[in-house]
Amino acid sequence: MTEKTAESSRLKTITLKVNQKEYTVDVEPRMLLSDVLRDELRLTGTHVGCEHGVCGACTIMMDGRPVRSCLVFGVQADQADIVTVEGLESQDGELHPLQNGFWEKHGLQCGFCTPGMLMTACHLLEHNPDPSREEIREAISGNLCRCTGYQGIVDAVEYAAKEMRERAE
Amino acid sequence: MSIGASLKRLEDYNLVTGRGQYVGDLQFPDQCEAVIIRSPHAHAIIRSIDAEEARGLDGVLLILTASDLPDDLRPIPMRLSPDPILEKALQYPLAKDRVRYVGDPVAVIVAKNRYVAEDAADFIHIEYEVLPPVTDAVQSLEPGAPILHPDAGTNEMYLIHGRKGEAAERLKTCEHVLEEELYVQRHSGIPMETRGLLALCDEDERLTVYGAAKVVHFNHQLMARLLNKNIDEIRLVETDCGGGFGPRGEFYPEDYLIPFAAIQLKRPVRWIEDRLEHFKATNHSREQKHRVTVGFDGDGRIYALRDEIFFDQGGYIRTHGTTVPSLTQAMFPGPYDFSDIEIVTHLVLTNKTPVGTYRGPGRFEGTFVRERVIDMVAAHLKLDPTIVRERNYIRPEQMPYSNGLSALGQVIEYDSGDYAETLDRARKFMGWEQFAGKQSRARQEGRFIGLGFASFVEKSGFGPWEFAEVEMRPDGRVICKTGLTEVGQGITTTLAQICSDQLGIPYSDVSVVHGDTALVEKGNGSFATRGAVVGGSAAWHAAGLLKEKLLKVAAEQLKVPVDMLALKDGGVVYAEAGQAAMPLEELLTICSDLGISLCEKYTFHIEHMTYPYGCHAAEVELDPDTGALQILKYYIAYDLGKAINPMLVEGQLIGGMAQGLGGAMYENLKYDEIGQLVSGSFMDYLIPTSMEVPEVTTEILENYPSPLNPLGVKGAGEGGTVAVAPAIANAIVNALQEYAIPFTSLPLRPERIREALKQMKPER
Repeated sequence: MTEKTAESSRLKTITLKVNQKEYTVDVEPRMLLSDVLRDELRLTGTHVGCEHGVCGACTIMMDGRPVRSCLVFGVQADQADIVTVEGLESQDGELHPLQNGFWEKHGLQCGFCTPGMLMTACHLLEHNPDPSREEIREAISGNLCRCTGYQGIVDAVEYAAKEMRERAE
Repeated sequence: MSIGASLKRLEDYNLVTGRGQYVGDLQFPDQCEAVIIRSPHAHAIIRSIDAEEARGLDGVLLILTASDLPDDLRPIPMRLSPDPILEKALQYPLAKDRVRYVGDPVAVIVAKNRYVAEDAADFIHIEYEVLPPVTDAVQSLEPGAPILHPDAGTNEMYLIHGRKGEAAERLKTCEHVLEEELYVQRHSGIPMETRGLLALCDEDERLTVYGAAKVVHFNHQLMARLLNKNIDEIRLVETDCGGGFGPRGEFYPEDYLIPFAAIQLKRPVRWIEDRLEHFKATNHSREQKHRVTVGFDGDGRIYALRDEIFFDQGGYIRTHGTTVPSLTQAMFPGPYDFSDIEIVTHLVLTNKTPVGTYRGPGRFEGTFVRERVIDMVAAHLKLDPTIVRERNYIRPEQMPYSNGLSALGQVIEYDSGDYAETLDRARKFMGWEQFAGKQSRARQEGRFIGLGFASFVEKSGFGPWEFAEVEMRPDGRVICKTGLTEVGQGITTTLAQICSDQLGIPYSDVSVVHGDTALVEKGNGSFATRGAVVGGSAAWHAAGLLKEKLLKVAAEQLKVPVDMLALKDGGVVYAEAGQAAMPLEELLTICSDLGISLCEKYTFHIEHMTYPYGCHAAEVELDPDTGALQILKYYIAYDLGKAINPMLVEGQLIGGMAQGLGGAMYENLKYDEIGQLVSGSFMDYLIPTSMEVPEVTTEILENYPSPLNPLGVKGAGEGGTVAVAPAIANAIVNALQEYAIPFTSLPLRPERIREALKQMKPER
């Protein structure tokens, strides 16, 4: 039930690190982390496709794990270390191999699911540097894409994995 | 040469770095947010709306109901195939006294943010008198069915009757006659980004509306008309767009309501549809019942075809008018030469969300029905279904071929093609000749495998015209303005390649501007696979005129005949030998000194659509215990005349296939008997994931370039989608040959396969 009280009394102050940068914001406890990132911090690379945790478009990395930011309240992210799509590029603007992979292999069309896909794939490659196509498919199966039929995305992740392995050698 | 090269997309850098600007990403000072209150009932009279309590809530800025809108407000008109008969069932931006589907907009709340607007929604009290609903198109035609629009007096809003020859007479003389009832379920495009708008209104009541898509210029005119404004007081701007597929970008109630609210408040008003809302509010599509009769001889040659189609329109006529049922009907014969045809389509209202187009409108439905029927004819005669296809194909020497039916104001006339070739390639790739042996060996191991084929003809290049303006700047960069829009299909890259090809510069030197009514003077937009065909041809001609102008100046300077020169590798070259004649930089300086404008416009008109075609093939394996289906191999052969960028064409085909697979096996906008949408979230409306969509092999053919445009292109947007359902259904039937299960309705859910297997005993 909504209280007709002054909003300020409901606000909570949270501090979070996003893409290596510290932010302190006042948010209503009910505000979703996806809305905090997009509307308060103006990091709009994280997209919201369903707000019920199915489509995966809003996937971010929170304390090293892929998380659906539409299923987390901002206040739950207090003190968290978050990486969004904006944090994938290196400081000098060099694209992450996954970003290059998606571009090279036509891993996107409308691009709306892409940030979430990139974050999910990022987590996969951190834990499995040489995934099979089946493993890639399984890893991204919680992220819906309506454009590509996934094949280009699988190609892209495969491409990036190879690139990253070669770099590591 | 850029045309024909699989170049990386110019669109992608922003999109992979999170720098894309979708409508929900924009933020302006003082921006507030709207929520639409929608009917919870399928059919009801609105007795009263009490918004007083909601108005009093902190942060609520505006509440609108139908009585707050201008008295002379007209309903949203049809964009395509308008007809005065249908006007009695058009939709007003807000329901006046009656609601006709769950989701019908009843009120708008604008508050300082969406959280507060949703709070306020709880305090609006609406009293409804619930009426009996009707949720089935056939029942809706029965006497005594509730009438949705009393003014219209009937739920059958339109009857389309198409014929060639005398099908009824011919059927009497056919050796064999088959009658079947088939059904395609309700589903839709479901783009990953829901719809959204952001409207800004300045002190002089000039509007800027972000979030337009697909048909920006059309909506511009319509918005001005409905808001009673001059066209130059409104600017529509397309942002990045998270998937189109047909439903997005049509003129919806919100396209009136959000700008109207912005005018009232003189503040930026944003509305982003949430996913649950999207399922109820955005156009549905596809739902049709078919009663088909075919007459054929013992060799499988089909002579007569009759079909009665019941098309479920939902509660109102939306912007497409009769487009979808017209296309179903006119494209129904597909690649086959049937001598006598009669098709009747009933366009029927029901208490469900109104429908519009979805990728392959009419053809997804018709192709499923027709290609299943072809396999049924084959099964009836115990013939190879691919042979039955072959015996009925229109042959290349019959081209151009008219099937005698019409849609969108023109008679269907296929321009060119060899339908048998795509089937041949599919058979070869799938190993059809050896398949019976493979199948029986698999069966001995207890495995049920099957192989199915489906042929199709698509249509593309819907006119009547498209516009392009190509300008070369003093630095050699080119701006290409187009009337097309970008919905993720890569039109930016496609047009850049076309300009690059004409002007001999890198495609990355071309900036494509689209979807902004202040920058592009006119356009028809992106729908019906018309982009490359009509818009691409416009850009080709505009860039061609610019090329001629540049070469003329160069020829005068070099004192050689103009036809000795060409533009290549960023400069003027001697056409024959290819050696450099003049750098572009120098030529541009000369043009500038001479005061020559390097901007050319072209409006490309096209009278007739063009028709790409192809064949899908699926090999599947069924688990007889669970009904689960696995696609072992999937193949698409597609002849589109000419591919501007084969990588993008392949992307369209494979992505289109995934959407077709959703329609074939998973997606269902299901209503209960009181008209509640019971699959209205991603928890129960299942979109195929990476685990369901198989690896797809595509073969892109360019054997029959279209004679109707300078590029020879036939378009690639929809051919991946339309034949998936019959290919898979035919494969399932092939795997279960001895069970005689009809598989005549979609989606082909595993539980249906399992239930059918339980109930049916093998025919021995």
